[in-house]
Amino acid sequence: MGPRLLALIVKEFLALFRDRKSRLAVIVPPILQLLIFGYAATFDLEHATLAIYNEDSGAFSRDLIGRFERSPAFEVVGYLRSEEEIKPLIDRKGALLVLRVGEQCSANVAQGESCAVQALIDGRNSNTAMLALNYVRSIITDFNEERIEQTTGTSLPARLAIRAWFNPNLESRWFIVPGIVALLAMIVTLVVTALSVAREREAGTFDQLLVTPLRPWEILIGKAMPGLIVGVGEASLIVAAAVYWFRVPLVGDLLTLYPALIIYVLSIIGIGLMISSFSATLQQALLGSFLFIVPAVTLSGFSTPIANMPDFMQALTYLDPMRYFLTIVRRVFLEGAGSEYFWNDLWPMSLIAVATLSLATWLFRHRMY
Amino acid sequence: MEHSTAVTDIPPQGEPQSPPVLVLDGVVKTFTVEKKRIVALDDVSCTVRPGMVTGLIGPDGAGKTTLMRLCAGLLAPDQGTLRALGLDAVAEPLAVQARIGYMPQRFGLYEDLSVRENLDLYADLQGVAATARPERYRQLLAMAGLEGFQGRLAGRLSGGMKQKLGLVCTLVRPPRLLLLDEPTVGVDPVSRRELWQIVYHLVEAEGMSVLLSTAYLDEAERCAEVVLIHGGRILGHDRPQAFSRQVDGRTWLVRAPALAKRALQRALSREPAVLDALILGTAVRVVSRDRRPPALSTLPAATEAEVAPVAPRFEDYFVATLKDETANGNNNHIALGTVNSRTNGGDVITVDNLVRRFGDFFAVDHVSFRVRPGEIFGLLGANGAGKTTTFRMLCGLLPITSGACTVAGMNLRTAAAAARARIGYMAQKFSLYGNLTVLQNLRFFSSAYGLRGARRRDQIDWALATFDLEPYAATESQDLPLGFKQRLALAVALMHEPEVLFLDEPTSGVDPLARREFWAQINSLADQGVTVLVTTHFMEEAEYCDRLVIMADGRVLAEGTPEEMKERHGGAQGREATMEDAFIGLLEAHQLTGATA
Amino acid sequence: MKPGPLLRLRGMIRKEWLQVVRDPSSIAIAFFLPLLLLLIFGYGVSLDATNIRMGLVIEQPDTASLSFAGGFEQSAYFAPVRLASIQEAEAALRASAIDGIVWLRHDFGADSLSAQSPPIGVLVNGVDANTARLIEGYVQGIWFGWLEQQAERAGRPLRSPVQLEQRIWFNPQVRSTDFLVPGILAVIMTLIGALLTALVIAREWERGTMESLLVTRISVNEILLGKLIPYFILGMGGLLLSLVMAHVLFHVPLRGSLWLLFAVSALFLWVALGMGFFISTVFRSQFVAALVAMISTFLPAFILSGFIFDIRSMPAFIQGVTYLIAARYYVAILQTLFLVGNVWSVILPNAAALTAMGLFFHGLVYRKTRKRLE
Repeated sequence: MGPRLLALIVKEFLALFRDRKSRLAVIVPPILQLLIFGYAATFDLEHATLAIYNEDSGAFSRDLIGRFERSPAFEVVGYLRSEEEIKPLIDRKGALLVLRVGEQCSANVAQGESCAVQALIDGRNSNTAMLALNYVRSIITDFNEERIEQTTGTSLPARLAIRAWFNPNLESRWFIVPGIVALLAMIVTLVVTALSVAREREAGTFDQLLVTPLRPWEILIGKAMPGLIVGVGEASLIVAAAVYWFRVPLVGDLLTLYPALIIYVLSIIGIGLMISSFSATLQQALLGSFLFIVPAVTLSGFSTPIANMPDFMQALTYLDPMRYFLTIVRRVFLEGAGSEYFWNDLWPMSLIAVATLSLATWLFRHRMY
Repeated sequence: MEHSTAVTDIPPQGEPQSPPVLVLDGVVKTFTVEKKRIVALDDVSCTVRPGMVTGLIGPDGAGKTTLMRLCAGLLAPDQGTLRALGLDAVAEPLAVQARIGYMPQRFGLYEDLSVRENLDLYADLQGVAATARPERYRQLLAMAGLEGFQGRLAGRLSGGMKQKLGLVCTLVRPPRLLLLDEPTVGVDPVSRRELWQIVYHLVEAEGMSVLLSTAYLDEAERCAEVVLIHGGRILGHDRPQAFSRQVDGRTWLVRAPALAKRALQRALSREPAVLDALILGTAVRVVSRDRRPPALSTLPAATEAEVAPVAPRFEDYFVATLKDETANGNNNHIALGTVNSRTNGGDVITVDNLVRRFGDFFAVDHVSFRVRPGEIFGLLGANGAGKTTTFRMLCGLLPITSGACTVAGMNLRTAAAAARARIGYMAQKFSLYGNLTVLQNLRFFSSAYGLRGARRRDQIDWALATFDLEPYAATESQDLPLGFKQRLALAVALMHEPEVLFLDEPTSGVDPLARREFWAQINSLADQGVTVLVTTHFMEEAEYCDRLVIMADGRVLAEGTPEEMKERHGGAQGREATMEDAFIGLLEAHQLTGATA
Repeated sequence: MKPGPLLRLRGMIRKEWLQVVRDPSSIAIAFFLPLLLLLIFGYGVSLDATNIRMGLVIEQPDTASLSFAGGFEQSAYFAPVRLASIQEAEAALRASAIDGIVWLRHDFGADSLSAQSPPIGVLVNGVDANTARLIEGYVQGIWFGWLEQQAERAGRPLRSPVQLEQRIWFNPQVRSTDFLVPGILAVIMTLIGALLTALVIAREWERGTMESLLVTRISVNEILLGKLIPYFILGMGGLLLSLVMAHVLFHVPLRGSLWLLFAVSALFLWVALGMGFFISTVFRSQFVAALVAMISTFLPAFILSGFIFDIRSMPAFIQGVTYLIAARYYVAILQTLFLVGNVWSVILPNAAALTAMGLFFHGLVYRKTRKRLE
């Protein structure tokens, strides 16, 4: 690397970090986002509010209700006395679900019949409703299984031995937090690169730069380096926070993660440079980044599985570099996957990186002035 | 602050008094910027009389804008009282604002609104009745010469037209007191003259009182009274002639036909009795410390020189007073390390039928000129004349539509990047990295220009020493005083010792003293063989050029030496023509042919 | 009649409107981004799991094991793949070729007949915990169905002691669209209300037009109102567009009153505009204002409003933070109005909170904006 290029890179860093405002803009939002996402973005159900309306008075129903009372997923917020209380309670979000045990429950069971249990769930948030229903089902299934074995005295023809690999307690934080690595690496890299040229254009320093003997590719590299280093640096910080703060296990090898991270950041830099060659002002650059980030995050599978999207949207996700890196980082973290396992994600991402960088170089040369 | 001058702080007496339109009494205003307290106005008292134009004159940072904003009720003073049209501007800002008109320095035209829409907005805001509008609009637009542009977006008007539209918007409802903050800054001479005509018309026909601030010293003479402000204090308040009278008998014109004008000027400015030496045509205008004619001891022996007294101007008083105050010992001479003799021979810059088109608009329309080595060559023209576009094409910053241009035999856009090491470039507005320190900027640019090792260190030291930047080495360049920003920009452009120096409006927004210093430095560079291409809209700066072209509407109207220009196009004024006369003459002739064509 | 204030207001509104119409970036924020968000969330986002790739390892195909495997083939949730050995299946799971494994050992059939209760090995990839949990639930369902079938075949029908009857109120088909589309309205309204206004006032400062406005006889109230009204109209326009899309494209039911929806949206828009004003009064640069608006209004509206992530599942201190987010109250009202109806016990307290926030922001803006440049 020539001294000229080195001086340019040093200057880019000074320009980025000497200014208090831009330093804050690079450092504070990611930390806030990490905390908010890390804690708020969860699909686990804890202390879901449950009200119980038990019309039966037998031991059987008490036993069943005891299971719910002891479950960490539910928090019993009330015992209802009449059917009329149910609707207003759910309507005003007083309880997420009401468990209603029928009048003849214990008596029916004693006669070898079934006890009817109703789960009435607030479906306003359909996802929460589905989760709650799943918990209810699994408590009842376990209960049934035990009861059958007890009453018939024979064991069932088969039993389930379920194990979850990679995330035995199925904590969704383990899923979300590594995803934040991909998310924030993208936001930070994009903002740093997209804004750096626009900032110089607005300040008039870009002309001053162009009349020096620096070559276009040198300027391009100079502009790409802060994004690369800040992006990779911030990603490393979040990896550390994930491991030491959020206690997400890092099973895989960091050495397999970093090449993928660098390719990912490079592909984002290409996009950032493209945005920056199109925008004359900071505001345009900011809007451009925003218009890229929102769909890129939504389509990446960060919060919702890609498999559930309609086909045309699934097709779009193949263009989203975050989609690939997200898979890679999660798999390295939890599965300990080596690069031979995520080759299928690595090559399309590399292709995107090559494409965005070449396009950016072309645009840069043609729209630089 | 003690002053030996006899200029009074109270307004001149004489005519029968009607109540003053503005009374400031003991006004103090301070700002806190990054924990530092800055005194913008320090115990200012002054009265502005009705029915005339009062000029508020002072260099940048003197406190002109702060004073204007206080009068408009947009700021509140820390101490003192302020009455506008008999109303307390601190207690009743709304009542004051309802009666005055105020045009800020950067008038807030909505550039995405048309001329008509801007007018409608301000008519609505000022409560002009709908029935009164057509007549008022017609009147104002006719006065500003904007009748044909009602549907055009304000952002697409020329600089001069924008200023006139700003003024028109302020006048949509005739105010009794009009405050104009630097209305003529960056405006070409023709528009400037038109603006002044509007102002005179308002005072004479509508009986308006006007307070107008300006950094152009030649405008002082156009005011009925002048308030001279510097460093937040009022140095004097009187008729402009009363100021010039202070330096009566101390102004001279020195001619030495055998000596080049720059050499003469440099020699004279080394003379201890000389306060100021300014090139004017082929002669040098001198302000001496006392009433004795300047000694010519610094001139080469046996040089024939003729010294004649000339009438003093306001500017002479200004320079004489402020130079005394700032007691500068600056180094006006820049010594480049190596003498530049590489460019002997043919023309350094050639421009042939250069065209730049944006859509169907010709920003530069078949422009041709040549610049010889070691010459200071000027591109003169109003905003939007195509100067900067030409300039950017020469520097390789903008693709050429057709035609050709070369610098030192190369087209900078297509030549190898290393070719750019032969030019130095100073942009129109300060364009170094504001949040980097002076030293960091110098380090970066020296490396960018390929300097390394001991030579790089030497050149950085040279830049710090030559431009007196050592005390500021660790200061962020955005915090530098304006004059020092400019020095830093020049240092950056010169560190690699270029053969050709490009200066785009290098002195806009710089006060007269700093401008003199800057030109002295440029002159010394030209003497060492550096070719300088400079754009400017300050007409008097054209005097520094060896040759120049005057541009309008993307075309070259005339090419020649300043003297030739004045002679050919200055017209009959009954006095020695100025560059401004020549410019206006040329432009009017051009507009005439444009109208008939 | 005093025409002055009305005239000034009209002037401001007209000017603001012309600027909106002529500025492509405000059009992008006001119309393009909402459209994009609605399309993505209306079509693209669902947390359900379908087409689960389940690897079936059946070491000894016999009636018992095949009937069990049949349960997967008939299920709408699963797309089962037969694999020859557990080693092969584990490799496939590791390579993410499948999402889970069901492993029936060679003695499964024999043991189940002799009532030895053989284990059915179920392995799921737990990386996506949410999906994994759904898979577990589906597998349990298939297993229980199989148990009943086996018992019936043996002639002694199995009665599960507890028979669960599930009723998901308000959204019986559990369509994600029905809850995401109302929620995204809150994001869109925040975008138009806060982000756009934060930019437009800062822009006046940056371009120097504020000084020219301030020196006219216009009052602070008139400037604020003159900005509020056009963006309010723009916001309501965005709302209308989104409502039409929600109804026509995504068939989201509206069970509450349309008028109430408009009223509450107007209230929220007023709050969002207040936040935008507040940001741009404090930060007079467009760049900083945009960054702050994004971090303090847009992202929280996305994450902390309960629009995707349920607030009740968040840790206590984050739940505390959500009380400061205006979008939280609006989302609660929206989801209720769309899916439940006019439930005053939800609407009133949330609307009260919105009113309080609106008063707070507008009061602060009014106090901080003076006709002074300082």
